[in-house]
Amino acid sequence: MDFGASDAAMSDEEIAKVPSGVVMIPATAGEIVFAYNLPGFPGIKLAREVMAGIYLGTVTKWNDPAIVKANPDLKLPNLAIQVAYRSDGSGTTYVFTQHLSAISAKFDDEVGTDKSVTFPVGVGGKGNEGVTALIKQSVGTVGYVEYGYAKDNGLLMASLQNKSGNFVAPDIASARETLSNLELPTNLRIWPVDPEGASDYPIVSFTWLLLYKKYPNAEKLKALKEFVNWSLADGQSFSESLGYVPLPAPVVEKAKAALSTIE
Amino acid sequence: MPAPQRDIISQSGYRAGPDLFKILCQGAALVTVLLLGWIIYEIVESAWPSIQKFGLDFITTSAWVPNRERFGVLPFIMGTLASSLLAILFAFPLGVSIAIFLSENFLSPSIRQTMRFVVEMLAAIPSVVYGLWGIFIIIPIVKAFGDWAVASLGGFPLFSGPAYGNSLLTASVVLAIMILPTITAISRNALAAVPKTLREGTYALGATRWEAIFSVILPTAAPGIVAATILGLGRAMGETMAVAMLIGNSSRLSWSVLSPSGTLAGLLANQFGEAQGLQVNSLMYAALILIAITLFVNLIGEAVLRHTQKATAGIR
Repeated sequence: MDFGASDAAMSDEEIAKVPSGVVMIPATAGEIVFAYNLPGFPGIKLAREVMAGIYLGTVTKWNDPAIVKANPDLKLPNLAIQVAYRSDGSGTTYVFTQHLSAISAKFDDEVGTDKSVTFPVGVGGKGNEGVTALIKQSVGTVGYVEYGYAKDNGLLMASLQNKSGNFVAPDIASARETLSNLELPTNLRIWPVDPEGASDYPIVSFTWLLLYKKYPNAEKLKALKEFVNWSLADGQSFSESLGYVPLPAPVVEKAKAALSTIE
Repeated sequence: MPAPQRDIISQSGYRAGPDLFKILCQGAALVTVLLLGWIIYEIVESAWPSIQKFGLDFITTSAWVPNRERFGVLPFIMGTLASSLLAILFAFPLGVSIAIFLSENFLSPSIRQTMRFVVEMLAAIPSVVYGLWGIFIIIPIVKAFGDWAVASLGGFPLFSGPAYGNSLLTASVVLAIMILPTITAISRNALAAVPKTLREGTYALGATRWEAIFSVILPTAAPGIVAATILGLGRAMGETMAVAMLIGNSSRLSWSVLSPSGTLAGLLANQFGEAQGLQVNSLMYAALILIAITLFVNLIGEAVLRHTQKATAGIR
């Protein structure tokens, strides 16, 4: 195995177990959306307590007063909210539950953060495609998926309230805004758990390439470096059409610097 | 005085050495037994930390919370048993009826041959295709039925709402179709093996066709039909992909067949990929329980088979 990639970067504990050391390099970034099936009601706004409430089973109807309050112009139906989640272990679940735990103490207490957790409500689908299928199947369903899956399948996506109280629609620009406000640490491992900027989209995460610090085979090292360099430069231009977020220039700089430490 | 046969062969020089074929067969049989032992040993070894920590509570508690290191598989055991028993409930009458139809001379042999081929073709469809088909065809039907059932039979705990598309019922219906070829094919073979003389004797005594089928042919073929059902049950319990796609993968216990549920096999398929630490040990423990359940079912099947064979021995 020469390299890997994950949404959930390795912990210090995991890194300590790798004898030849680990370098984590952000390769691209993605955003996670609340996608839903409620034809005729695009761009529903979800307040912070509503996002957590849906996945705690306390907000159960689309015309719940807390949802209506943020969407005074919409005549929301008296329809049950069906909740969909990932049944397999997943970085998407990790990033999603990390954000909900950050904005709701009750969620942190009852569910918590992990690659697979147990929600008190809902139906589990396997993979982004499984959750997407669940959402498409029945009216009234809401689920969390990667932006690209929601976009490709024409799912409606909710605008989410961020820390400064604004409702932000999920798109590449708002996710890029979140990333450009980040100050990367030296190991390049950072999650915008609850971003503070006024127009930041709240649930965004890097995807990291996980590389060894030392490669004994010089030829392999050369090929790997060429590949990663290409990904950080030309490769970024493909991100947007695939539903991912091109890395901001300062992040690319730091990523390239980290790459040069590999030998 | 003539020497025994074997001595003649060895004297003539053909079989001087040990019986290679016998050794080969014994070896193959031994490898199979060792392989099973090895698999179980490996699973027990990786499950050990979880077995030590949770013991029997693992089976009797219902919280599966990986991030809090709390593991209990009761809902998944119940889901495994409920989904496969429901599947048998649907598939048994259907499968045996088809088997009777295919083994009696209701239609010309060529048509029966074609139908038999079609039913057996069901076994050749990959699991994931059943899953996809279930998502697009069965889920909407079950959802519509569920909404109706909740409205009119909602007081009955088996049909309490809300009705989900991804539910125990959906998984059971698709499982029933998946195990139908197993039940049909083996039952048909058992029915076809009923001696011709027995059939002719029955008719000669003045029995109608239905009397012959129900009082002579079916009881005679009963051991085979029981074996078919047990095999079907075993397949339903181990089935993974289609169930994981359809059952809703929930760890909440519910009486309602319209609620999402989960099975042991589905749990393993879902969570093994990204599991770490005690979660891996607990998934191995769950695998061990699944093996134990299937083994137990097979033992019961064996016992029932022997019992029915004894009971019908007189008419063979």
